[in-house]
Amino acid sequence: MLRVIGKRIALLIPTLFGLSILLFLWVRSLPGGPATALLGEKATPEAVARVNELYGFDRPLLTQYFTYIGKLLQGDFGVSINTGRPVLEEFATRFPATIELTVIALIFAIGVGIPLGYFAARYYGRFVDHSSVVLSLIGITVPVFFLAFILKYLFAIQWPILPPDGRQNPRIDATHVTDFYVLDGLLTGEWDAAWDAFLHLILPGLALGTIPLAIIVRITRASVLEVQNADYVRTARAKGLLERTIRGRFVLRNAMLPVVTTIGLQLGLLISGAVLTETVFAFNGIGRFLRDAIFGLDYPVLQGFIIFIAILYAFINLIVDLSYSVIDPRVRVQ
Amino acid sequence: MSNSGTPVRPSPAKKRAALTAGISISALLLTGCVQSQREENTGTEGEGAVDTTFVFAASADPKSLDPAFASDGESFRVSRQIFEGLVGVEPGTADPAPLLAESWETAEDGLSTTFALKEGVTFHDGTDFNAEAVCFNFDRWYNWTGVQQAETVSYYYGSLFRGFADSPEEAVYESCEANGDSEVTINLAKPFAGFVPALSLPAFAMQSPTALEEFSADEIGGSEESPTLSEYALGNPVGTGPFKFDSWEVGQQLELSIYEDYWGDKGQITNTIFRIIDDPQARRQALEAGTIDGYDLVAPADTASLADAGYNIVPRDPFTILYLGMNHAVPELADPLVRQAIAHAIDKQALVDQTLPEGTEVATQFIPDVVDGFNEEVTTYDFDPERAKELLAEAGYPDGFEVQFNYPTNVSRPYMPTPEQVFTNLTAQLGEVGITVTPAPAAWSPDYLNQVQGTPDHGLHLLGWTGDYNDTDNFIGVFFGQEKLEFGFNNPELFAALTEARGMTDREEQTAAYEEINEQIAEFNPAIPLAHPAPSLAFAPRVTSYPASPVNDEVFTDIELSE
Repeated sequence: MLRVIGKRIALLIPTLFGLSILLFLWVRSLPGGPATALLGEKATPEAVARVNELYGFDRPLLTQYFTYIGKLLQGDFGVSINTGRPVLEEFATRFPATIELTVIALIFAIGVGIPLGYFAARYYGRFVDHSSVVLSLIGITVPVFFLAFILKYLFAIQWPILPPDGRQNPRIDATHVTDFYVLDGLLTGEWDAAWDAFLHLILPGLALGTIPLAIIVRITRASVLEVQNADYVRTARAKGLLERTIRGRFVLRNAMLPVVTTIGLQLGLLISGAVLTETVFAFNGIGRFLRDAIFGLDYPVLQGFIIFIAILYAFINLIVDLSYSVIDPRVRVQ
Repeated sequence: MSNSGTPVRPSPAKKRAALTAGISISALLLTGCVQSQREENTGTEGEGAVDTTFVFAASADPKSLDPAFASDGESFRVSRQIFEGLVGVEPGTADPAPLLAESWETAEDGLSTTFALKEGVTFHDGTDFNAEAVCFNFDRWYNWTGVQQAETVSYYYGSLFRGFADSPEEAVYESCEANGDSEVTINLAKPFAGFVPALSLPAFAMQSPTALEEFSADEIGGSEESPTLSEYALGNPVGTGPFKFDSWEVGQQLELSIYEDYWGDKGQITNTIFRIIDDPQARRQALEAGTIDGYDLVAPADTASLADAGYNIVPRDPFTILYLGMNHAVPELADPLVRQAIAHAIDKQALVDQTLPEGTEVATQFIPDVVDGFNEEVTTYDFDPERAKELLAEAGYPDGFEVQFNYPTNVSRPYMPTPEQVFTNLTAQLGEVGITVTPAPAAWSPDYLNQVQGTPDHGLHLLGWTGDYNDTDNFIGVFFGQEKLEFGFNNPELFAALTEARGMTDREEQTAAYEEINEQIAEFNPAIPLAHPAPSLAFAPRVTSYPASPVNDEVFTDIELSE
């Protein structure tokens, strides 16, 4: 197992290296530049040229690249051009927000998706099945930002039962330790702050979780349908095993493999969905920060973010692969 | 210990129970293990008392808490609460007024100004504000080097004072003399008629010398690609203003609280929270949901419905200009007859009524009427489609022509809340006289700005400006003071006139010169001034008064709250 992990990490190095070159060239080939974005109406050609010179954007690309990679190897992701803060620090303060949001979205997607898919398959062709298919189709086709707007309009404006934006009520005096606001509230015993932070997660969590939910429903349904008609299930039934045992130990467990793979893949999608959700709900996470970086052509942030996501993706996939052997002992990691 | 016999495997139910117990115990252990930093007795006013916390939605984080290293509206909105300059602004106007300087006198030659300072003023760190502190600030600006001089860092000092200690031949500033504690003389190397009004800009606010040094305010430029903010700019700004800095959670909110030893009237508000909400729609919804007390740059389409719902809409007097640029590098647009035809083809009043906020005024020239040099008798091109068609025919385009029309998308600027609507409206008007436009939309930043300002590849385009203070050069000098790719013309006569006017020391003489220049521009017609849009703010019903200022000089001590 350790060897597998080691090999995966070793493979990651050339991938990241290649990625860094591509990224570097790509962000610099975009029209305009950070100086234009920063100066706005004041961007006269002379001002842009002087800023480019002072910031070092006018030097040969190769020189710029080696400076960048040299720093990167020392763990220095550079400084955000927009905010003047180190990129890593920016990620560190915003990442907890996105993790909180993603966790809520995943709990919603898995907690509702797997049972719904399972019952749809179990009652194949009946009402539960049809409605789950329709619901999941809606979930897949409705764009995240639209859903976010509708949820916000209905539950924060029309019937104001949930907060419309942000991570916490500005008037709440909360102590922040870990930057996971719900956890902070629990750790400090500020129950109202924890509860308030949790309420702020519900609407964006629902909006963000809907697409993975729909996909999980469909995959679970298809997988359970296939497994429950498998020979070994028929054999188990013929043996006279309890229906509960058959469903729990044979059907559900065997049907979970493709579902787990899907959940792993969805994690990446959640990050991109977070860009839209966080914008609509003014939620201060990685997604909103990335959007600003794209509009401002914030080179160091864009580069740092994509490398960071690549590493994250690689690790999620590794964990998914390793989890196969837990779910299905026949699969052995080699 | 040996234990023979069959090992007992815990049942799944037992495992679950153990896990639940474990989690509960660890949760209990964790709870309260970190000290809450909550202050006791916050918000314990009696019933019916006013909630003295004011929450305002900002569209972005400040770029820097050090106003000398900032040039954006959101930085200045915050620094206006924390800092004060020598010179303030007469409420509701753009004219200079005493602030930290109670009076001033400029020498005949315009090269030195002596300020009498207010006494008994202290910075938030307890140090005294005096003549020495003033000189410290002026010398600090003058001695910046390297990346500190970049337009993205110190835009206002660079563009108004023009040079630094390492380039004294261009510099406007020369030296500062403290005459005792409460009098200071600033000597200039060149006359600068806008010197006193310029000092009302937050970029030239007085900062505590002790704090600037302690938190290394000038230590920026830590990286190859971009300057890092100093410790001072990140979280230790110290001024003399009514509010002092408390905390800043980037992307989330910034908190200020009242400075107990403030020399002036402290007003009702004790705590100010700037909540960062970048999406305009989300700002409106936050107001409706009651999480904020107010926000800026209300979309024109929202003002009526918000007012009907009981919110207070506060318009600012316009201090803006929206214009239709015409790139002279396009052969058709280089023809003065064609430019006149376009000017006659546009019904500015209809444009204002249909696409711009209430309070917007139709523009006849490139400065609002409160700015010196506004010419009442300037040449105008009235809306006259027939005349436009005649002019086009005269220019050799009896059937009109086709031209690219560049406009930005998904952006609101104070002078242009909804560019798409302005574009659609103008397209229809130009179509009436036979000018067909090819739409060229682009994302505001950096695509649009780059294309329009940095390349000759554009035709007609929309752009504008928000004035910083009462200075004519800050409008027309910026637009037409030199050859630019944006307009693509070379008019040495105009450039020379603007340079000369800028250097004049006598204000009356200068005003007359600008009146003439405005006429000169109107005749040359390089671009069409469309409107002076009035940005407005929206507030919760409990905000009964807000000190709207054309130049955004809005200090929250003047806000009145009813509950």
